[in-house]
Amino acid sequence: MAERTPLLSVRELKKTYQGASGPVEAVGSITFDVRPGELVCIVGPSGCGKTTLLKCLSGLLTPTAGAVTLDGAPVTTPPKKMALVFQEYGRSLYPWLTVRDNVALPLKARGMPKAERRAVVEQAVAEVGLGHALDTYPWQLSGGMQQRVAIARAVAYQPEILVMDEPFAAVDAQTRADLEDLVRRVWRDLGVTVLFVTHDIDESVYLGERVLMLSSSPTFVQEDLAIDLPDERDQLTTRAMPRFTELRTHVYEQIQRAKRGAATPVPH
Amino acid sequence: MADTVTGPDLGGTRSPARAGARAAPQGGGMTNGTARAPARPRRPARGAGRTALLGFLGVVGFALTWEVVARAEIVDPTYLPPFTTTSARLVTELGDPTFWSALGATVVTWALGLAIAVVAAVVAGTVIGLVPFLRRATRSTVEFLRPIPSVAIIPLAVLVAGLSREAALVVVVYAPFWQVFNQVMYGVADVDTVADDTARSFRLGRLQRLRHVVLPTALPYVITGFRLAASIALVLTITAELVIGNPGIGRQIDVYRSAPDAPGLYALVLVTGFLGLLVNLATRLVERRVLHWHPSVRKEGAR
Repeated sequence: MAERTPLLSVRELKKTYQGASGPVEAVGSITFDVRPGELVCIVGPSGCGKTTLLKCLSGLLTPTAGAVTLDGAPVTTPPKKMALVFQEYGRSLYPWLTVRDNVALPLKARGMPKAERRAVVEQAVAEVGLGHALDTYPWQLSGGMQQRVAIARAVAYQPEILVMDEPFAAVDAQTRADLEDLVRRVWRDLGVTVLFVTHDIDESVYLGERVLMLSSSPTFVQEDLAIDLPDERDQLTTRAMPRFTELRTHVYEQIQRAKRGAATPVPH
Repeated sequence: MADTVTGPDLGGTRSPARAGARAAPQGGGMTNGTARAPARPRRPARGAGRTALLGFLGVVGFALTWEVVARAEIVDPTYLPPFTTTSARLVTELGDPTFWSALGATVVTWALGLAIAVVAAVVAGTVIGLVPFLRRATRSTVEFLRPIPSVAIIPLAVLVAGLSREAALVVVVYAPFWQVFNQVMYGVADVDTVADDTARSFRLGRLQRLRHVVLPTALPYVITGFRLAASIALVLTITAELVIGNPGIGRQIDVYRSAPDAPGLYALVLVTGFLGLLVNLATRLVERRVLHWHPSVRKEGAR
């Protein structure tokens, strides 16, 4: 598995903004690979440029230097094989469209025939457990349900890689646990590759097969940690495992080091 | 009457409407467009009945005062006929085909002018609003043209189009055009960055984003502009008929003035009032239907 060619490859990605008082280095130099079928979590201290990184690797922003390739093709504009889930579901879903139409819009824009579109949309919405809410408006749903709609929209897009930017940062703890399990289920059911960005250390360990720890800005990958927890994860038993505690302690310490600025880049 | 028009209040976490979305003073005091943002708390149902009752009492009070003042001959009865006389005259007018053709002409001029203004403003506002270069290049010109009162261009309109409906239309279109144009400019600039990023990440092209993201975002602004423009257009329609003399209620008012026929004149003034009321109700209905998803209209969802 480890030797398969990467699906997503990020090489020495750098992004500098033109700030009021000279250039601001948001992302220093980030290099990592995501192999097909992996679930990789990226975790880093707040303000370390996670969102900037995602925007660059999804083709929404042009990096200052470095390269992103998806399935061998350089990413310069948003790629067809990638779907995004944003943190701000309230702004990412369109209030003038129903759940069905929100999920259908990208497919419609792509020119998928109506009958096929309908089937794909209904299946995706059922996958996230909202089959009953197809014809409601997003604003009639709770925050957690709205984020499910956004996940359904990404799933219906049939991407090879699902990129999620702190998707559960704005929902309450219980909803969050449900959504985490949903992501694990979607990942296993659909065999899609997932890149999950979070600032929550527990979440990254619970969800990921691998956790990439970022340093504070200017950002680089501080550590690439394999999560050797059993495949079948459960909110109670997995989180109670000694290994889970070890891993989260390790990640926590690394993030603390990052905050102090004591970290050094891993050689690659 | 420099009423301040705030853009639609997008409420909560969404980006606040630009405070700069203002209506310029239009028509040099000729307009009475009541500028209100769509966002306001709806009254609970129990208060609504009370409000209706109070409103009704207000109307009765007004009619009564009018009647008493006229009957007491505080004002020369030649200039102020009693309310009852005016009402009786209004009923007679309603049976007169001349009245109906005048009303029809007024409504057609109003609707045509409003339609032209809205369509032209949406197209021009969208194009100019979305192209920074055009926006910068036109800003000062727009700021100069916009405050010119519609009435001030009546002579120009007559010079070009004669004493015709076309001349009236120029006047009717002018101020409402700027009203809507301004709103559209702010509306298309108000697209949420996350909403736009989402559309781009799903590979929606420029035109698709215009159709599915930009225009729906601008819609609340357009509707606010439309509602204001509808009232302004009505004022200008009557004004044009009075001054230019194209067929309509305005011209009929002038005919009754020169007769002189005070009850007829007052009856028609009442008609223009009703017309204004109807326009307001109709635009409100349109707003409720088209913006049913907007925070200003929709019922509170589970959020």
